[in-house]
Amino acid sequence: MSMVLSPPEETTIRPAASWSDAPPVYDANTSLPDWYSDLRSAAWARFAALPVPARTNQHWRFADLKHLAIEGRAPTAPVSDLVAAELIARAVSERPADYAAHFVFANNRLIHTETPALPAGVVCVTVGEALASHSELLREHFLKQADFLGGEKFAALHAAATLSGLFVHFPKGAVAEYPVIVHHFVGGEGAAIFPHSLIVAEDHASVTVLDLFESVGGNEETLTVGMADLHAARGGRVQYVAVQDLSAKGARHVHLQHSRVGRDASVKVGFLNLGAEWVRNESINRMVENGADGQIFSANLANESQEFDQRTLQSHEAQHTTSDLFFKNALYDRARTIFSGLIQVLPGSHHTDSYQTCRNLMGSDEAEANSMPGLEIDADQVKCSHGSTSGTISDEEIFYLRARGIPAEDARKMISLGFLNESIDRLDGDGLKAVLFSRVERKFASIG
Amino acid sequence: MRQSLRIENLHASVDGHEILKGLTLEVPKGEVHAIMGPNGSGKSTLSKVIAGHEAYTVTEGAVFLDDLNLLDLEIDERSRAGFFLAFQYPHEIPGVSNANFIRAARQARLPKGQEIDAVAFYREMYAKMDELGMDRKFTARSVNEGFSGGEKKRNEILQMMMLEPRYAILDETDSGLDIDALKIVAQGVNAMRSPERGFLVITHYQRLLDYIVPDVVHVLHDGRIIHTGGKELAYELEEKGYDWIINEPVAA
Repeated sequence: MSMVLSPPEETTIRPAASWSDAPPVYDANTSLPDWYSDLRSAAWARFAALPVPARTNQHWRFADLKHLAIEGRAPTAPVSDLVAAELIARAVSERPADYAAHFVFANNRLIHTETPALPAGVVCVTVGEALASHSELLREHFLKQADFLGGEKFAALHAAATLSGLFVHFPKGAVAEYPVIVHHFVGGEGAAIFPHSLIVAEDHASVTVLDLFESVGGNEETLTVGMADLHAARGGRVQYVAVQDLSAKGARHVHLQHSRVGRDASVKVGFLNLGAEWVRNESINRMVENGADGQIFSANLANESQEFDQRTLQSHEAQHTTSDLFFKNALYDRARTIFSGLIQVLPGSHHTDSYQTCRNLMGSDEAEANSMPGLEIDADQVKCSHGSTSGTISDEEIFYLRARGIPAEDARKMISLGFLNESIDRLDGDGLKAVLFSRVERKFASIG
Repeated sequence: MRQSLRIENLHASVDGHEILKGLTLEVPKGEVHAIMGPNGSGKSTLSKVIAGHEAYTVTEGAVFLDDLNLLDLEIDERSRAGFFLAFQYPHEIPGVSNANFIRAARQARLPKGQEIDAVAFYREMYAKMDELGMDRKFTARSVNEGFSGGEKKRNEILQMMMLEPRYAILDETDSGLDIDALKIVAQGVNAMRSPERGFLVITHYQRLLDYIVPDVVHVLHDGRIIHTGGKELAYELEEKGYDWIINEPVAA
């Protein structure tokens, strides 16, 4: 299997954004700092050198490797002004009522910005702009992550190609009451996007970022290779939510997330997967200083032949750290999910308190849910638990709802929706949660 | 048209065992009847059979809601036709808020394409919750999840008040309730008593009937009604137990 990304058939108007033997670069008018050019070249070389994951790789156990054939998917031309206007209208209609800022990207390019409620002193700009305006601040954290859960090759590709996304830096004490909303649209046959979210909360700062991944149209073969890198310093708080609602046919979505949680800080991560034919989420959460707390929630609604593959690490690297992982999969038709999660408590990380739960609701006999929970404890006075369950909707629950006049099919949907909502409900922000709830409802309405 | 909840010669079995063996009784609208009976007499089976629980098989007989045979209807159709069962053990539905649950039940009663007026719905529900002494937080909480026994029973009565059935069966609504909760639940039921509505109250204890005073008391034993009397019968049963009735020859 080859993973060489070939250039698009047509000669694009913007050669700077096309693939060839060389990594794609920014539009010609963007000047890149040397450190970043070097980093991209190295990443491109790494991408070329790394092998395509093989079946024997334990990080790819149960995965259907056919999804790794991504030849021909590459950054494409910008969307037309007409399409851009439609996408902006769509994004605006879908966002929560209250937001600190709203950015809309289409095919790696920024097409819309609003910043109505950003606190003073914060940086909230595109990665491209940050390279010019905040090069040194960006450099401290940007693309520094070196460990992955099998997605090294995708990470290298992302590093060599990332063209869009935000750098969000909240200085000491800066607090945003409402979320920063970022839409990432991908469209056109073979289009690829490489959205990045670098979020840094300094001491006692607090920020929420909501990334939404969507297709411009339907049934196009697209690729998303996104990355989210979350940092919370002492007493800081980051909430990051990734809503993946791409076209269920043709879209492939890889998303690699890291969080690094400092002293008495907290990072909360949420994943909602509804669309795409194939999803690979990797979530690495490091509680690196005493009192750090990491929470990871996911709600996934898979039907037809969708495959959602999620690999997680909760790494406790200091004392009195806590973490909680709560994943929910609802599966229909021939859908497949894979959950592989490890709780690791490093030597000396005493008084760790860590939980990991994956629950699967099987809506069809042909669906397949794979769960691989794991624990590695090397410290004392540790409380850890992990569990995974699979089941169907109980007849008694259905009976209760029907006894109130709710038709059987609606009852089944309500219970399944409730099952997923339990995970979504752990996130913060009523407006944000409402966006997620309505997305899930919309997908349920489309499942006969 | 006879306006009553009529159970006619009902036979029902579970796993091949016959539990109801020709049960007949009639609750005319506007009346409250009580069914009392020892453990294992078939009290809870009766309520589940009428609601349509799929574990029970009806082998003979009929249940009429006015002129409609409920046994011809699906579970949810029975509810929409005006029948309500207050469960002895209400189920928990994780992740489904109580308000959404009740709203969906109300929505199911509207013609297709017609939407509930959300503001009016909440106003009405809050007023009814106030009557039942239920905190507003119960609208957002998952259905029955983490509710105490008393809270679950109040929630059943709230649903009954919101769905305004024509006939309701209360299945051991008093079990697990302390006296204060019992009074509040009874108050809710009494507020709904009307010439247009019939109730069948299933209970083990006479205590509930001090607060929901029945017009008629039936004694259920071995799947049949073996005795019927006025409200004073409940006191007699409380005092003397069931044996004196069980052992008397069944009237021809």
